[in-house]
Amino acid sequence: MSVMQISVFLENKPGTLKKMTSVLAAHKIDLRATSLAETKDFGIARLVVDDALSAVNTLKENNFVASLTPVLAMEISDETGGLDQLLTYFDEAKVNIEYMYAFSGGSNAKHAYMIFRVSDTNAAEAKLAGKGIKMLTQEDLAQI
Amino acid sequence: MERYYQKDIECAPYEEIRKIQSEKLVKQVKHVWDNVPYYRKKMEEKGVTPDDIKSVDDLHKLPFLSKKDLRDAYPYGLLGKPLSECVRIHSTSGTTGKRVVAYYTQHDVDLWEDCCARAIVAAGGTNEDVIQVAYGYGLFTGGMGIHGGSHKVGSLTIPASSGNTDRQIMFINDLSATILCCTPSYAAYLAERFKELGYGPDDISLKAGIFGAEAWSEEMRADIEKTLGIKAYDIYGLTELSGPGVAFECSAQNGMHINEDHFIAEIIDPDTEEVLPEGSQGELVFTAVDKEAFPMIRYRTRDICKLTREKCSCGRTHVRMAKPMGRSDDMLIIRGVNVFPSQIETVLLNNGYAANYQIVVDRVNNTDTLDVQVEMTPEMFTDNVGEVEERQKKLVEGLKSMLGIKAKVSLLAPKSIARSEGKAVRVIDKRKI
Repeated sequence: MSVMQISVFLENKPGTLKKMTSVLAAHKIDLRATSLAETKDFGIARLVVDDALSAVNTLKENNFVASLTPVLAMEISDETGGLDQLLTYFDEAKVNIEYMYAFSGGSNAKHAYMIFRVSDTNAAEAKLAGKGIKMLTQEDLAQI
Repeated sequence: MERYYQKDIECAPYEEIRKIQSEKLVKQVKHVWDNVPYYRKKMEEKGVTPDDIKSVDDLHKLPFLSKKDLRDAYPYGLLGKPLSECVRIHSTSGTTGKRVVAYYTQHDVDLWEDCCARAIVAAGGTNEDVIQVAYGYGLFTGGMGIHGGSHKVGSLTIPASSGNTDRQIMFINDLSATILCCTPSYAAYLAERFKELGYGPDDISLKAGIFGAEAWSEEMRADIEKTLGIKAYDIYGLTELSGPGVAFECSAQNGMHINEDHFIAEIIDPDTEEVLPEGSQGELVFTAVDKEAFPMIRYRTRDICKLTREKCSCGRTHVRMAKPMGRSDDMLIIRGVNVFPSQIETVLLNNGYAANYQIVVDRVNNTDTLDVQVEMTPEMFTDNVGEVEERQKKLVEGLKSMLGIKAKVSLLAPKSIARSEGKAVRVIDKRKI
């Protein structure tokens, strides 16, 4: 049930991020969520898009180094305590989160979505099953 | 079985080679004394006459020639034959100053092409081979030198010249080229392009490559050999001495045999100009004993390397030179430490990075800074920031232990460093001293 996130290497200089978004725009790739991890010397852009495979190929063809990483995408209700409730399940199941980011909106304004990168995606999925969490599939992402 | 182009001379006993060298040297010194006033003046200043030169043992008595002499004597000062007897010129790229123009009589062209033919045969070339010459043709010696050698071997020669990478690949594929000749950096670029197009080493018809005209590391050789599925041979030469083929690698791939019947090699201390014993590292000096139109005597190459006379498994007896660390022109002095780009290349390749790099030297607050810029590759990238940083740190440590000074490592976007079709530009020195 995990979805594919695209990780893109970005050189540390003005204009690199824009170069990437221009490529995505020109190829009509629809962004669902983005996050940027930066160090002193370089950055890694993380993207969740409607069609991960075609997006990663497009980026490679345009001289970007990009790879696919499995992440968990979950729906939460967009109200106070929504994330806290979800993380309770992670806590109980002892799932280690490496990073997370959020996106909201889409056609369903009552919900927000969380993206989680965990140490072991398959194990985490198994542990979190049956808790009533709505996990998004790649198809769901294409339709949001 | 090892094959030779001119077995008798390539495998002659050392005493015989010395004898040939001595005879040719005595003759050459007379020729220069009579025909090259510029060099005669240098000899007179040193108090040497042709009578003092009776054998190779007297070589050390003769004055040196340097790049500066070539510039001072430009364009005709070192000419050894009337222009009516010369048939061609070649010229250096002139990146380190004024161009050097070298002249050739037909005899000079012939001996040069013989040297190149020896190199091709040593790399396994025969008249069954298809040799793609992707060195530049024209003033640069690479293209026409190897081209002539390939003709002498009787191989089918593709005079592709440099550049137009996709056309190079088309010719290699369509004509089943078996030997590729170009600069190592261009070979690396072609290898990269083949890989991008989905070719594995077994899909490529090439079996060998003869790469020279710039310094390259063993690690770069391993990389090119693996990607193209070939054996990669080094070749050495200078326009001043003829061009490629002054020395070449054999099947042992362990040093380059100098064509000693044409070129006498010495190693000197670059500061004291003292001749050093065999095995010492120093500056390579050549005397071209056979060349008529441009007879270089004790020409200082500025290349730093070692010579060895240890027996070679290929059967050739000519002295071998180690891969030069780089021309002393390429050597950078950073915070007082000598740094060769080839050392940096070794560390990059050992750490899994590609040979696409650039070295930027600058001076900030009176301190030299060294920035090694290398492109990120799919192999070295992961989504884990800590992991990428760890690899970067390992590279910094590797550079520190190789060079003895700290360098900064910058990770650049792929394809952001321009690919070279001839000699690669590796160093950008922004210091204003």
